[in-house]
Amino acid sequence: MPSLPTIQPGDVAEADRASHAGAFDAPAVEAHRDAIVEYCIRLGDDSLILGQRLCEWCGHAPVLEVELSLANLGLDLIGQATFLLDLAGELEGRGRDGDAIAFHRDVLAFRNCLMVEQPNGDFAQTIARQFLFSTYQLALFEALTRSVEPRLAEIAAKAVKEVRYHAELAAQWVVRLGDGTDESRERMIDGLDWFWRFVDELFQMDPIEQALADRGIAVDKAALRGGFDATIAKVLDEATISLPVYPRAVVGGRKGHHSEHLGHLLAVMQYLPRTYPDASW
Amino acid sequence: MAVQASLDADTERRILAVLAEVPDPEIPVVSVIDLGIVRGVRGGDAPAVLITPTYTGCPATLAITASVRLALDAAGFVDLPIETVLSPPWNTDWISERGRQQLKDYGIAPPPRGSHARSLRGADMVECPRCGSEKTVEVSRFGSTPCKALWRCTQCLEPFDRFKCH
Repeated sequence: MPSLPTIQPGDVAEADRASHAGAFDAPAVEAHRDAIVEYCIRLGDDSLILGQRLCEWCGHAPVLEVELSLANLGLDLIGQATFLLDLAGELEGRGRDGDAIAFHRDVLAFRNCLMVEQPNGDFAQTIARQFLFSTYQLALFEALTRSVEPRLAEIAAKAVKEVRYHAELAAQWVVRLGDGTDESRERMIDGLDWFWRFVDELFQMDPIEQALADRGIAVDKAALRGGFDATIAKVLDEATISLPVYPRAVVGGRKGHHSEHLGHLLAVMQYLPRTYPDASW
Repeated sequence: MAVQASLDADTERRILAVLAEVPDPEIPVVSVIDLGIVRGVRGGDAPAVLITPTYTGCPATLAITASVRLALDAAGFVDLPIETVLSPPWNTDWISERGRQQLKDYGIAPPPRGSHARSLRGADMVECPRCGSEKTVEVSRFGSTPCKALWRCTQCLEPFDRFKCH
């Protein structure tokens, strides 16, 4: 009878790590390269498009402090997008970098959720979106810091500290506007009512992400919903407004089914690199 | 002059001395070493200068890489590459004591050591870098750069920047 190899201390650690993935799936990252590229593009597009949207407030915000806040948030998000799309380009191995992916794709190829591409509306509507998105993104990135794909974990660990700031800032504004004047309250409620229909999509899983989540690469977003709902309820309670009663959820962004608004956003964002494709800094 | 394949301790010291002269583009009184942006010099078969961004979207990151490159070139380290590392993520505890003092002298309230682990809103007293009063209020959580918040002293009434705990 053949003898079994001696178990080394390292083997035990590896088996522990692989327990959720199935020991024979390794190396998971290599085998799921295409899916990880898609995942990076989804995460990166969310950050990119929301970052671009927030920058539209430049020169229009109600007061200087808000101007600074929104531009800073936009900057953080575009920073996230740079790391995520660069990683997508590198893993894809077709010579595209983050800039190429951001500026030389058409609207149908974008994989962001529908929430981030919606127009800013008034200030309360922008804050409603930020509150919902940053609360979701905070939970997502906290979980993503534990990804078995080290580069995703690294980007999440870097970004999560900033997103915590975003979520806190937005929550404070929701309370200030909701528990403010009649008009600010009215606008805050309208903003939340409008954006609530885009919440379900944030937590939607599909077979691509589920396969990655089963192997500890991506986050199981569906599992984050309970915590998200609790945070939202707590802040809205403080803001003395009730949870929105929302119409049917709208989904489709992850498949490239976008609203008309995204094309207009891209026209502005992509104009320069498309007109002068060889331009560089 | 090309750099040797593996760096000896003396060369590494010389490289760090060169980098100690490179100022942060946004806060030019503090060097990239004192701000904790330079993570070190890697020796071995693939020597490189390792730098890390403060904030993910900080536009100064590009400028910092460029000025580190210029300084290394000028000192003869033409072939020594610069690598950006993300992990572990930068935090304000990496700012040296000297860097903290320089920030304060420049009019920016430095983050207290150890503060990055505490809450962002934290109970930390923020001392006015001008008059030393602790009677200060936050005006805006975001300031002129990603790393700073806008504060005001209610004693001397001057506004000032505060380096955010991060």
